[in-house]
Amino acid sequence: MRSDLKTFKNAAWLGWQMEANWTDPFLFATYSIVKPIAGTLILVFMFMVVVGSGTDEAFFSYMYVGNALYMYVAEVLFGVTWVIHDDREHYMTLKQIYIAPISFYAYILGRAAIKIAITSVGVLITLAFGILVLDVGINVGEIDWLLLVGSLVLGLGCLCIIGLGLGGITFLTARHGQGINEGIAGIFYVLSGVIFPISILPSWAQSISKVLPVTYWMEAVRRGLEPGVMAELSSDSGIDVTGMAGFSDLFLMLVLLLSAAVSLVLSILIFRYADVTARRKGKIDWTTSY
Amino acid sequence: MTDSWLVRNLRAIRGRAYPRIIGSKREPSWLFFDIVLPLLTVSAYAYVYKFMTARPEFVGYVVLGGAMTAFWLNILWAMASQLYWEKEIGNLQLYLMAPISRMSILAGMAVGGLFFTTIRAGSTLAIGVLVFGITLNLADPLMLVVVFIATMISLYGMGMMFASLYLLFGREAYHMSNLMTEPVYLASGFYFPVKYLGPWAAAGASFIPITLGLDAIRQLFYPAATQDAFLPVTTELAILSVLCVVFMILAKYSLAFMENLGKSTGRLTLRWQ
Repeated sequence: MRSDLKTFKNAAWLGWQMEANWTDPFLFATYSIVKPIAGTLILVFMFMVVVGSGTDEAFFSYMYVGNALYMYVAEVLFGVTWVIHDDREHYMTLKQIYIAPISFYAYILGRAAIKIAITSVGVLITLAFGILVLDVGINVGEIDWLLLVGSLVLGLGCLCIIGLGLGGITFLTARHGQGINEGIAGIFYVLSGVIFPISILPSWAQSISKVLPVTYWMEAVRRGLEPGVMAELSSDSGIDVTGMAGFSDLFLMLVLLLSAAVSLVLSILIFRYADVTARRKGKIDWTTSY
Repeated sequence: MTDSWLVRNLRAIRGRAYPRIIGSKREPSWLFFDIVLPLLTVSAYAYVYKFMTARPEFVGYVVLGGAMTAFWLNILWAMASQLYWEKEIGNLQLYLMAPISRMSILAGMAVGGLFFTTIRAGSTLAIGVLVFGITLNLADPLMLVVVFIATMISLYGMGMMFASLYLLFGREAYHMSNLMTEPVYLASGFYFPVKYLGPWAAAGASFIPITLGLDAIRQLFYPAATQDAFLPVTTELAILSVLCVVFMILAKYSLAFMENLGKSTGRLTLRWQ
């Protein structure tokens, strides 16, 4: 256990060095701020072009917060799997990590932890920008901290676990890892109610939405972070605008817990299978210049 | 008898374009991802417009913008970053030793990249039009072809210039490409008409050729939606023509500058820096 914690800490430090030492701190900070803000401003302009002004509307807050939270989905899923690709193909250090007397899981999770930390800075800056500049409907006094923290931790854990499974697939693919990750993250973006309520989707797509853990995660975190906005959307003309109003907070948390448990079992099975297959086929130190 | 300078350079263009064209056939899964991934973002933004009950042409704008993202991503990852990757895998010195113009290598990359990216962008557009039932009303196809060609020449000229500059960035190249993705999607109005950024911001973004190219293409497909146009198509075409020349000249000078700098500092073959 102590050894695993040490591996986790050192992997996180290594991840930080790799993420941040490519430039001076000012440029890194600019990079970390500009990218998420620009991505969010696309939606802001889309909204303003159609609606005019009025960024204090409930739908704007719904869309804005969802887009900010999605950074976790994209970065964590992509970050975990990219560790394997980058260490193997670019830095060619994966084989050294393999033969070191450490837990590979602890190493991957350490690298993922720093991704989450860096992404958290981007998410917080984006939310702060929304509250201060765009009148996004987050009232600190109204936040349901228990629901927010509980769903955030469960959801991030679930994403890391899914990332681990995708990382296993990366062992066996030279050229498809990035496409698979971006594809899965993209499916979550369209079908999980990230920037629009799932109620606008065709009914067959809504059925898929309701089996994706990210849908429940988005809903739970939003209810914790902006309960006023979610209540306004749910009671709008008596119509279930979000498509999720019928689920209680407890149900959302239970679904997240169940999703995390199922993902854990599946991801470990996929990872172990991929690990053994990669060793057997000599793919641990595979370099293909991709 | 040795080949003339022209023949050697034409061969270099063909030789560098070849792996890009033939490579697109050898990895069909990339074709799938390159077409489907932009469609996911396009779908999400299209549903946002639908939810807000926006005018129908906005969904068309998103599909057109989503198709054009393929070209911008190709510029960032397969033009701008390319000489850096070539250095990382040890090909750059071979290019510099060959008795050809460096511009031919970049031109070959551009031709090959343009070929397969056009296929991907066209497929994204076709599928997007079918899925969302968009009606495009093209009144002047010849103008569309001219605008598209001018946009691509100036855009790939910009990519050729970036290729040299990226060599100076070293490891920062990856981050630079990441940094120039969403901000350019925003500034160039990939998902909404650039006019709504305001005249000064839109004018500033016009240095990126795809800004004016996309605005002109949208006007040609939606001639009735004049309220969304930034500048008249003919003006945009004239500016794009100037950008074609400017970026080609800048590309040539930045390439020579980079090569001299790399030689004098001994970093042309240095990896992982």
